[in-house]
Amino acid sequence: MLERCHVLICGGTGCLSSHSKEIQIEFDKCLGELGIRSEIKLVLTGCFGLCEKGPVVIVYPDETFYTHVKLRDIKEICEEHLLKGRVVNRLVVTNPDDRKKLLHFSELKFYAKQKRIALRNCGNINPLEIDEYIAKDGYLALGKVLTEMTPKEAIDEMKKSGLRGRGGGGFSTGVKWEFAHRSISDQKYVICNADEGDPGAFMDRAVLEGDPHSVIEAMAICGYAIGANQGYVYVRAEYPVAVERLGIAIEQAREYNVIGKNIFGTGFHFDVEIRLGAGAFVCGEETALIASIEGERGMPRMKPPFPAVRGLWGKPTNVNNVETLANVPVIYLKGADWFKSIGTEKSSGTKVFALGGKIQNTGLLEVPMGTTLREVIFDIGGGIPNRRKFKAVQTGGPSGGCITEKDLDTPIDFDNLIQLGSMMGSGGMIVMDEDNCMVDVARFYLDFTVDESCGKCTPCREGTKRMLDILDKICQGEGEVEDLDRLEELGTMIKEASLCGLGQTAPNPVLSTLKHFRAEYMAHVVDKSCPAGVCANLTKYVVLDNCIGCTKCLKNCPVNAITGSVKQKHVIDLSLCIRCGACKKACPVNAISSKPEDVRGVLNA
Amino acid sequence: MKSLEDLKKLRDQALKNMEMRYQVGGTRIQVGMGTCGIAAGARPVLNKFVEEIAKQNLKNVGITQVGCMGECAFEPIIEIVEQDGTSTIYARVNERMVHEIIEEHIMGGKRIQKYLLSAIKR
Repeated sequence: MLERCHVLICGGTGCLSSHSKEIQIEFDKCLGELGIRSEIKLVLTGCFGLCEKGPVVIVYPDETFYTHVKLRDIKEICEEHLLKGRVVNRLVVTNPDDRKKLLHFSELKFYAKQKRIALRNCGNINPLEIDEYIAKDGYLALGKVLTEMTPKEAIDEMKKSGLRGRGGGGFSTGVKWEFAHRSISDQKYVICNADEGDPGAFMDRAVLEGDPHSVIEAMAICGYAIGANQGYVYVRAEYPVAVERLGIAIEQAREYNVIGKNIFGTGFHFDVEIRLGAGAFVCGEETALIASIEGERGMPRMKPPFPAVRGLWGKPTNVNNVETLANVPVIYLKGADWFKSIGTEKSSGTKVFALGGKIQNTGLLEVPMGTTLREVIFDIGGGIPNRRKFKAVQTGGPSGGCITEKDLDTPIDFDNLIQLGSMMGSGGMIVMDEDNCMVDVARFYLDFTVDESCGKCTPCREGTKRMLDILDKICQGEGEVEDLDRLEELGTMIKEASLCGLGQTAPNPVLSTLKHFRAEYMAHVVDKSCPAGVCANLTKYVVLDNCIGCTKCLKNCPVNAITGSVKQKHVIDLSLCIRCGACKKACPVNAISSKPEDVRGVLNA
Repeated sequence: MKSLEDLKKLRDQALKNMEMRYQVGGTRIQVGMGTCGIAAGARPVLNKFVEEIAKQNLKNVGITQVGCMGECAFEPIIEIVEQDGTSTIYARVNERMVHEIIEEHIMGGKRIQKYLLSAIKR
């Protein structure tokens, strides 16, 4: 029987953690009780992108977008909507602009400005059903390439499209394929780099979870172009859902013989296997990744020889990132010219970003290259919550830098971001507001790279540790002005003297915050105060004159450091205060400030 | 799968099962599924429509269930809304009539006068 209604439940890791799997089971149960189970199709899809509003459920054909769905809501959706056709209004997504309910999800601003190529199937199809992928022209690109193109033509098409590596480097994918194609060997390999390690980036996970077949298809196309018959997906074991779905997808693809021996009767063989990584950041670097697959310790080695010449087990190997590969089938279906027409001249196509931090719509989005940061953060991302002020955005994760208000109107592409002293990276975007201390942010990222440095190069291993020591000192209130110069000197040195991308970019968060927020560093070392009120040792909470004497702060203080009577200005005893910030959160009129006096004066003026 | 032709055949078949997620515009058949409609037998009618449309391989025809249409005495009621906004309301629809409505109205473009709500009410 054909279903009259499709219920799509988000099965991305974000929504799974808020019980979307249980929601599916509950739907199944409720529909069964109502006797309409066979009329409704339940699909657990990949990530819809709007993780902030999860768990998300979409009902077709009405296009109803239910958000923050709880287990106890399912019965109502089944009885009201699926049985009687009455939309459950209280769960429908609201338009942030006018607070009205939106009946069709495509009207949401979050989706209106996006263009989805790599994420085209995420949230649209069931990742566990190869048929649904095929319905969306899946494996057609592979068929087309195998039957109508020579490897050389396939590479030329890829070069023409202008696709650049989405993992961070931004190197031309077509040129990379050509290098591997030119190497002569009896055996070559294709590797999909799914070792996504940037804190806050999860686009590769979303693609593997939501559309694993697109990656498998692209790897087969790449294999044909460079002359390889074996592919490996190197994915971290911390992504259990992605690993499971990819495994199922590979099985199904083998069953249909779209990978395996003699694909489409053309005599081309290609197979894919999964290799699990232990989640080391450095293994995202291709030579370290290859070492890890070989069973060695994950450490980068000198290039050249590049993997295209001597890669996995000494054979020519092509390594591409997940998002890069997800773009590949579409390029062959719609043509290089179509792809080139999207984005900017030097960066064609789209880019997926993972928005996180102080942002309304935490989640995953895909926009054409050339979209400005302002559009991404304020239009799609919905801006900063709690009426706070935007301070900076960190792109490129621990390898990138921060971008401030004045550069928000820069169109995003590989080259522009580098000019701003940051980088595209894999596409993590962490938004910071006035309550973030930039010294603390830099310390957070450096703490990560110190942990993740493989230890091969001394400047990276020791240098980042020393930089972290200095930052710790500054945050403790023991910093001196010379420390800032030391940070800069060390940072520049580490960048120049490290072998791989990890070391070469590790000082970036420190250097870029030093450049844009030197005054904040100075406040830490000279005034011994943290303007954002994050570094506990440097924070002094004071009650301002606009205190209304409501006694809320007094009641919330865990150490009874606040005194005062009703309708009178209260006072904080700094010798008792433990700088926990509970009073600031409790205050209804923002009368408690952690800002140093001069900043406070400016704010109140 | 042996050839590209097999793949294309499979794609067309698979797409049929997913079409409702991608239909934009076209004709919409709205079936009244209030308590009154369900009691009068709207659900088998709705399912019959889904089945018939798939059988006839109709593109650009979508089926939605809606709430009570107000004329409870004449349920099951269905409304056909064309792309240009013209609407036709049929009343007391049963499974047997579905086939006729699809063939004559949706495919043939002719209203079936005797099933119209306005005709039945008179």
